[in-house]
Amino acid sequence: MRKTYLDNASTTPLHPEVQKAMLPFMGDIFGNPSSLHQWGDGAREGIEAARAQVAQLIGADSEEIIFTASGTESNNMAVKGLAMAQPKKGKHVVVSAIEHFSVLHSARTLEKSGYELSEIPVDKYGSVDPEEVRKAIRDDTVLVSVMHANGEVGTIEPIGEIAQITREKGVIFHTDAVATAGTIPVNVKELGVDALSLAGNQFYGPKGVGALWVRKGVRIIPLLDGGIQEGGRRAGTENVPAIIGLGKAAELAKADIAARMEHLSPLRDRLLTELSAKIDHIVITGHPQNRLPGIASFCVEFIEGESMLMLLSIQGIAVSSGSACTSKALKASHVLLAMGISHELAQGSLLFSLGTDNTSQDIDYVLEELPPIVDRLRQMSPLYSKFIKEEKGDK
Amino acid sequence: MPVYSEKVMDHFTNPRNVGEIENPDGIGEEGNPVCGDMMTFYIKVKDNRLEDVKFKTFGCGAAIAVSSIVSEMAMGKTLEEAQKITPSLVAEELDGLPKNKLHCSNLGAQALNMAIQDYLNKGEKTKGKKAVTTESKPGDQHCYCPYCDEEIMDAAAPYCQACKITLSLCPECDKAVSSDDKTCPNCGADIKG
Repeated sequence: MRKTYLDNASTTPLHPEVQKAMLPFMGDIFGNPSSLHQWGDGAREGIEAARAQVAQLIGADSEEIIFTASGTESNNMAVKGLAMAQPKKGKHVVVSAIEHFSVLHSARTLEKSGYELSEIPVDKYGSVDPEEVRKAIRDDTVLVSVMHANGEVGTIEPIGEIAQITREKGVIFHTDAVATAGTIPVNVKELGVDALSLAGNQFYGPKGVGALWVRKGVRIIPLLDGGIQEGGRRAGTENVPAIIGLGKAAELAKADIAARMEHLSPLRDRLLTELSAKIDHIVITGHPQNRLPGIASFCVEFIEGESMLMLLSIQGIAVSSGSACTSKALKASHVLLAMGISHELAQGSLLFSLGTDNTSQDIDYVLEELPPIVDRLRQMSPLYSKFIKEEKGDK
Repeated sequence: MPVYSEKVMDHFTNPRNVGEIENPDGIGEEGNPVCGDMMTFYIKVKDNRLEDVKFKTFGCGAAIAVSSIVSEMAMGKTLEEAQKITPSLVAEELDGLPKNKLHCSNLGAQALNMAIQDYLNKGEKTKGKKAVTTESKPGDQHCYCPYCDEEIMDAAAPYCQACKITLSLCPECDKAVSSDDKTCPNCGADIKG
């Protein structure tokens, strides 16, 4: 059966060259980078080269890169560590309502320990209005965190404009760039932020590795205490093979980013326009133009996302959904709800996230397989039969 | 490891008794689209037996499989027998459900039971029959944190030990909800205000 992986927002596959780069570090080059002997030297050289590769991807200096175990860890460290480094300034944190849970829940943890939290609303496209950020900032605001783009609906946020405001107000600004780093051009200097998170498994690197960039001179409290790894900012023996993989993935992305975007955007646009034409009562979520090149997201009315996901999976197609039933916690996506999408419509959420391996034939296959699945589930749906009856009654 | 048993997948991909019954003897509707699952059961009764059972379901794979198996379990049974179909029997018949999907089995059993009650209520005047509700045993009522899916050991404690989130219990359905929520993710009830 045809296998069509369209869930790159969950994780991208490992690039073969990344795998190749990692292998020696799972074999002969096994030393601890902190060791002073020859065994340590090889591992240390490896991670320092990776640090330079990651720095180059985002236009930063090597020494500003802290390797972590995930995008989640980077976000936790940024939100908690940057806020807690400024006890004299205050205890107020500003985040957007559509942040990843690793930002949102970190902020709520701060809230439980006495910080105040302001959540900035988004419009129907999931865009943050920079003026809302300005309004939320107070004298005692220690941190603003707004994501570079939302991987669930694809909307790219006006980070540069927000950074102008935070600089003007003298507030530290962190952006979660997990959905963008390695996917679209990301340059920390152009963005004007103070800290930025990224993750390896979002751009063909390995899982279990991320990085946090913190602008030189910005204080941060470590999340993990222990030895003096990562300049004392992140203790624990480094996950060397994964860091090597992240570095290689960053190098490949840097070289390939324009070609990847050119490949993905037309495939995404085909999904957006042709699925909308083939299926009635389907809504595109996220910003119509200002969106990530690989994200095609929808809400399908009258049916539920998990059942679509499972039936697509049987046909060899992998997608995600923000429906309540799909989430382990049985809550509909906070992103969709924050955009003003009703609970009912959010249940029909479906997310296609494209990757470099996808082809136009993959899109053809989805266009062929999804409409009958939608029909089939609607035939079963009491909401659809009610709708049809009402529609007939109106005529 | 797949999340659903083969039996769940079978009933989900090939659900039995989907549809509506024209002029049914009883209709039962349970759940709501806000929480993600909604089931409507239609029954036809002859000589105190369920002659026909049909359903329509909005929901996940588990909800559809539950509806299908409930319709199959109930078909041909006497009303009293059908009322003994408990959520745990439904889950058992499906070779188990993921723990965060067990509530779907509640919905299925409840929707069927509501259809039977609907029938009994209609006939109450003429036949003088009393409606009986199947109460699910306290053992069936697991409480899960709406954030992290971990079971909350003490359902009365407004706190999830796993993710340290403050919880409260929904006044309507008694399930755990985050204190930040305005609507209950389980039953759609208005919590604040």
